Amino acid sequence: MSQQELSKDPLKVIIAGVGGQGNVLMSFLIGSAMIKLGYSVTVFDNYGASQRLGAVASHIKISRESSDMSPLLHEGDADVIVGIEPIELLRNLTRFGNPEVIAIANLRPVYPIGVISGEAEYPELDTVIETIRRLSAQSWIVNASEEALKLGNPLYTNVILLGVLLGSKALPLDRETIEEVLREELPQAFEMNKAALQKGLDLVKVD
Amino acid sequence: MAHIEIDAPGTTQLLLGNEAIARGALEAGIGFATAYPGTPSSEIMGTLAPIARKMGFYAEWSINEMVAFEAASAASLSNIRALSSMKANGVNVITDFLVNLQMTGVGKGLVLVVCDDPGGMTSSNEQDTRPIAKWLNIPLLEPSTAQECKDMTAWAFELSEELGMVSMVRSVTYLSHTRGTVRFGKLPANTKTARFAEFYDIDNPRQSRYTCGMQFHPYKQSEVLLNRFSKAPEYCEGSPFNAYSGPEAPELLIISSGICWTYATEAVSILQVHDRVGILKLGTTWPLPEGLISRHLERSDKVLFIEEIAPFVERSVMELAASLPGDHARPAFYGKRSGHVRAWGEQNLNLVIQSLATVMGTSYRSRQTLSPQYQSTVNEVEKILPTRPLTFCPGCPHRASFWAIKHALQLDGRNGFVTGDIGCTAMGMISPGSFQVRTYYAMGGGVGIANGFGHLERFSFNQPVIAVCGDSTFFHASIPGLINGVWNRSNFTLAILDNSATAMTGFQPHPGTGVTATGDPGKKVSIEALCQSLGVPVAVCDPFDLTGTIATLLRMLRDEEPTKVVILRRECELVRARRDKEKPYKMYVDPARCIGEECGCNRLCTRVFSCPGLVWDKEAGKAMIDEAVCSGCGLCAGVCPQGAIMRDAL
Repeated sequence: MSQQELSKDPLKVIIAGVGGQGNVLMSFLIGSAMIKLGYSVTVFDNYGASQRLGAVASHIKISRESSDMSPLLHEGDADVIVGIEPIELLRNLTRFGNPEVIAIANLRPVYPIGVISGEAEYPELDTVIETIRRLSAQSWIVNASEEALKLGNPLYTNVILLGVLLGSKALPLDRETIEEVLREELPQAFEMNKAALQKGLDLVKVD
Repeated sequence: MAHIEIDAPGTTQLLLGNEAIARGALEAGIGFATAYPGTPSSEIMGTLAPIARKMGFYAEWSINEMVAFEAASAASLSNIRALSSMKANGVNVITDFLVNLQMTGVGKGLVLVVCDDPGGMTSSNEQDTRPIAKWLNIPLLEPSTAQECKDMTAWAFELSEELGMVSMVRSVTYLSHTRGTVRFGKLPANTKTARFAEFYDIDNPRQSRYTCGMQFHPYKQSEVLLNRFSKAPEYCEGSPFNAYSGPEAPELLIISSGICWTYATEAVSILQVHDRVGILKLGTTWPLPEGLISRHLERSDKVLFIEEIAPFVERSVMELAASLPGDHARPAFYGKRSGHVRAWGEQNLNLVIQSLATVMGTSYRSRQTLSPQYQSTVNEVEKILPTRPLTFCPGCPHRASFWAIKHALQLDGRNGFVTGDIGCTAMGMISPGSFQVRTYYAMGGGVGIANGFGHLERFSFNQPVIAVCGDSTFFHASIPGLINGVWNRSNFTLAILDNSATAMTGFQPHPGTGVTATGDPGKKVSIEALCQSLGVPVAVCDPFDLTGTIATLLRMLRDEEPTKVVILRRECELVRARRDKEKPYKMYVDPARCIGEECGCNRLCTRVFSCPGLVWDKEAGKAMIDEAVCSGCGLCAGVCPQGAIMRDAL
C-alpha cells in the first residue's frame, strides 16, 4: 500500500467522453488501481439513457480519510479532467473546472447528431485547444485516437490516455499498479494494453 | 469487472451499489433471485446470473416484474431465501400481488429491491416507491453507500424473517450506479432444503407462513398483518443504520436518508457549520425509529429534511410530531413543504448547500473562487458547445423501422400516427425516429392505448394507428392488449420491432431469444406463431429491406381485418457487433455521384436520416462516411436518391 499523501482529500477526477469510447472501463481501472493502493474511492459513470454516442462523464473521488463520499463532483471542484472527446472535456471544464485544474485531452471529435444534421456547429479545433489551455493550469493535448489506430484498434484510445494521466503525475498512481489492474481485468489484451500505456507515457514526454 | 463471489472476508473491492446489493444477497445465503431488466436496477441480476450455478442458487430474468416477484415468493414460502429486483415502474406491476402477499406473510427471507430514478434520467417518470412501503406496512431500508447496499441487503433478509413479511431495500440511480469501496463479509455454507408447508393457523400467525391470501375474511388477515408489523419498530429503533452526528443540541437538525445523507454531510462541511448543525441519518425509513427521532426533535428548534423525490420522511416525521404528547417541544420544519428543498428532480450537493444556507441564513455562492476572466471564458465556451441528444446507434434497425413507418404513413395519406412504448423504440418520438411516436406511457401502453384509438371511427376518426413495441416489451405487457384488440375488433396495426434483445438495459435475454439468464438453453417462444394463433394477419419483414417493409406496412394499414401484426425483425447492431468482429460492408460516398446542395434532396442522408456514421463534409459540400463511427450496416445506401452511398460487401 502506498503511503503517499494526496495533494487534496478527496482528490476529484472527471473522465469525459461519448458513449462507446470506454469511459466506464477507464474510470473502473483508475478506481481499482486506487483501491489497490489503499485509498477509498467512489466512481459514478453518468451516461444517461443512451447505449451509444451520448455524453458520458465519470466522476471519481479518491480519499484517505472518508469512505462515505457523495458520488458527484461539486461545481468548479475538479482537480483533473480527462477528455476522451474534446468538446466533452470542454463541457466538463466549464462546469467543474477552475484555474488549478489539470486537463488531458484527446483531440479526436465525435460529432453530435445536431452537427451531422446541420442544426449545430462543432467548434473549430484551434478554438477548442486554446480554450482548454485558458481554462486549465496544465494541459496535455494529444491525438490518442490516431495513436490507437497505429496500434491497430481505436479501442486502445482510453488506455493511451491512461498512460498520459499516469505520466502527468496528476494522481498518486504508479505504473506497476495500473499494469496489475490491466492484467487482472483484461488478461487477453494485456500485452497490447501495456503497449498502449507506454504510448501514453511517451506522449507526455514529447509534450 | 467485479468478483462478488469470492469467499475472502475482510477484503475490499470497488463495487457498484447494485453489485454490492448482489453481494449482500450472497452473504445472506440467497437461494433464488429473479428480476426484469430496468435501469438503474439491471446490474443486480446482471451480477447474480453469471455466478448462480457456481454458487448454487437459481437466477432468472423473468418475463416481467410480476412473474419475477411471484416466483421469488414461492421460494420464500418454501424455506428458501429469495430476492427480486426491479426499477420503480416494476413495483407498479407487482403491486396487486404484493398487497395480497402482505395478507399472508412469507416464509424464509424475501427481499424486494427497488431502484428509483430521481430526475427520471433513464425512466418515463421519477416516481418515489417509498410510499408503497408505508401504505402496505412493509419495512423499508435506504442504504447511503455501496457498503451499506451490501450490509443492509443482508440485514433485510433477517428482518423479513423476524417479521414474517417481505422487506424492501430502496436504492436510487446515484447509489446503484456509483462504485464504492466495499469490505466483504463471510459467505454462508450452502445447505438448503425446499419444502412447501401448507398449513395456516390464524391464532398462531408467527408459525403460519403459508396460506391463501383471501381466506374469505380479509379483515382477519389485516389484524394479523398489523400484529406482525408492530414488531418492526423495535428492530428499526436499535438499528446501527440510524445514526446521529453533531452537537448535543444543534441549532438545526438535518434529517436525511439514502444518498442524500452524503450530500448533507458534505454541505455541512463546505459551509463549515459543524458546531451548529447535526445530522440524523435514517437507514430505516419505514417504520421510523420513532424514539430516536422524538429525542432529537426535542433538542433542536429547527429541522431540515434532505431527501429526493417525495417528501416521504418529511411527512412521516411531521405525523410523528403531531402524535407526541402536548408538552413535547415541536421544532419548525423546513423541507419540500416549506419550499426550502426542491420538490422535484434529484438532489445534488449544490442544491443541498443552497437549502442549508437559506435555512441557516448564510450566503453561499458556487465557484466563488473563479476570477471574472475565467468565468467569462466559461460563459463564451458554453455558447459554442453543441449538445448530444439521444439517437439510435449507428446500424440500429429501429432507425430503418421508423423510416419505413414514416414513409408508409405518408403514402397512406390519412394522417396516421404511432403509439409508442418503453425501451429503445421510445426514441421514435425524437428526430432519429422521424418524430413518429406520439404517445408514450408504460410497458404495454402502446398497444393498450391503440385499442381505444381503434374504436373511434364512429366519431369520424379515420387516422390509422400503428402501435410500436420492442420484443421484450411485447412479452412483458403487450400480449393482453393485442388479444383484447383482436377480440373486440379494434382497428390498429401492432409493429413489433424485434431486435432480439432487451437492448436499452444491456441486451438481457427474453423468451424470444431462447436463452435464459444463466446462459442455459430455454424454450424459444416464437412471436409470429403466437400472433398467428390469434387468427389475424401477421407479416415478418427485415426493416433493412426498406422498400419491402414500406409496402408490407402499407398493405396492412389498408387490410380489411381490423387488427394486424407486423414483426420488423433485425438483430440489435450492438449485439451483432459484439459477436461478429467484422463489419458487413465497407461504406463510402462516391464523390462523382453525390452532387451535394445541387441535388435537391436537401441533405436527406445527414439531415433527415441522421445516422451518426454519415457526416456532411462542409468543405467539399458532400456527404461522407465517418469510418470510426459507421457500423457498416449498409442501410444508408438505400436512402440516397442519387445512389451515391456505396457499399462493398466485406
